[in-house]
Amino acid sequence: MTNIWIICRKELKSYFASPIAYLLMAFFALIFGFGFFTATRDFVRFGFMAQMQGRNMPMNVNEQVIRPLLGFASTVALFLIPMITMRLFAEEKKTGTIELLMTSPVYDWEIILGKWLGALLLYLCVLGMSALNIALLFAFGKPDWKPILIGYLGLILQGGTLLAIGAFISTTTKNQIIAGGVTFFVCLLLWLLSWFTSYDTSGYGSVVNYLSIVTHFEGFAKGVLDSKDVVFYLSMIFFSLFITSRSMESLRWRA
Amino acid sequence: MIKVQGLTKRYARTVAVDNISFEVEKGQIVGFLGPNGAGKTTTMRVLTCFLPPTSGTATVAGFDVLENPHEVKKRIGYLPETPPLYPEMEVSEYLTFVGRLKGISSADIDRRVREVTERCAIGDVRMKLIGKLSKGYRQRVGLAQAIIHNPDVLILDEPTSGLDPKQIIETRELIKHLSGDHTIILSTHILPEVEHSCQRVVIINQGKLVATDSVENLTNRLRGAEAVALEVASSNGPLDPAAVQQRLEQVAGVSRVLPREVKDGRLAFEVESLQGRQIRADLARAVVHAGWNLNELRSVGLSLEDIFLQLTGTQNPASATQHPASSTQHS
Repeated sequence: MTNIWIICRKELKSYFASPIAYLLMAFFALIFGFGFFTATRDFVRFGFMAQMQGRNMPMNVNEQVIRPLLGFASTVALFLIPMITMRLFAEEKKTGTIELLMTSPVYDWEIILGKWLGALLLYLCVLGMSALNIALLFAFGKPDWKPILIGYLGLILQGGTLLAIGAFISTTTKNQIIAGGVTFFVCLLLWLLSWFTSYDTSGYGSVVNYLSIVTHFEGFAKGVLDSKDVVFYLSMIFFSLFITSRSMESLRWRA
Repeated sequence: MIKVQGLTKRYARTVAVDNISFEVEKGQIVGFLGPNGAGKTTTMRVLTCFLPPTSGTATVAGFDVLENPHEVKKRIGYLPETPPLYPEMEVSEYLTFVGRLKGISSADIDRRVREVTERCAIGDVRMKLIGKLSKGYRQRVGLAQAIIHNPDVLILDEPTSGLDPKQIIETRELIKHLSGDHTIILSTHILPEVEHSCQRVVIINQGKLVATDSVENLTNRLRGAEAVALEVASSNGPLDPAAVQQRLEQVAGVSRVLPREVKDGRLAFEVESLQGRQIRADLARAVVHAGWNLNELRSVGLSLEDIFLQLTGTQNPASATQHPASSTQHS
């Protein structure tokens, strides 16, 4: 357990010692802030218009601002995650520090979990930038906090899954650019799967649809905590980290 | 302390290490000698549990590298060819990280870091980023990293490669200082290193064990003959090289005379003695008696370098362990 923490802390320090952590946080804050601005502006305008026309439209901050914003955040995360995971193993393989880790009295799974946790904590920091915007909603309105919490849980689970996939891809190469590029491609593919099959109700289509990362997030965005989605994400995380450990093992035999 | 038996490591297409066996006693410094690509690094990687052997066994302090890698890793400090450093970390931060990873408790870590920074003379750069350090300092930080958990066995892969002469001497001294408490294996393709710091040598070439012996035995065994560089000139007219050579060959104890150079009437030769004979005095006398000027007379003795070349020479690896003194070839 301590070993995982030691490695996790080292990863976090590395992220924050380079501009990458700050860049990602700033980038996300900017994009999310832009999304937040348009969403609230439209919400206010819409409410204003409804009032002018004397119609009593049901207005709901959760439904009309937070839900699309969370969906937006989950899409933006697809772009950020490759930048977080690309260096995880590829950099250590390139500089040879992987030899230090693999000849230290720690188990492979401790290294992997530590690195994944470090990446996840950075991802949380990046997501945390959106808290300021959400706090504004609380300051000027009365949104329901429970769906927000569930939405963030969904973001974390989705992020954790993609980070685990990215970690695996990073073990397969020495080249960070390749690791990042392939991870980005895979993230995009998992996202697009839901597009291809949204109207396909055949058995084949529903399987492909089930594999889409985004499909499982929709429930969370609505504020619905469905165990089936949680299980999907957790099993994806477990599976990805498992093949990461297999990949690391194979390093020993091939290196 | 270290026992390697029939170790073989095969990659997809090549055999990197082929059936190597050797043992290292506790407290010894052993030099791993071989040309580039001989299999030194691979052997070390097997010993440090980074690579599993294809066949054969290796044990460190009684623990097998395949069956008990965790116990082996606890007892080994390893400095790979390029020190495994994180450029974005400060030196003390890095050493703390490695120390904790190697199992030092948080209560002891500060003391240990202080000890190794002192020992490796990197106290003055403790708060510097590793990325900003010079190559010599990096190498020392790498060494500090290897000894931080006070391991029984130290494995150093080319610890002085890429350093300037002053740094090489410093690193050698440091390794010598460490030898008391640790069993050390160091690999190198630089020979003086072995002569300076090692008690035993393991020579490998193309994955095969060529020789393993103590440094003294190895040099003594191969250094029976003496080689002398000689330069002769004449004050009255040019000399006939053939006549001079003939005269030199008549000196007692000389096995052969090799003409080297003829320049402005000066003749240079290399003279080799028979096994165990001293010939310098007789040579000098012979030259003076003949009325020539003796410009230079210098022993060129066989260095470990020659021995190494003989043992790893690709022409006749089969005869490597024979006494090659009489067939010495100087380049």
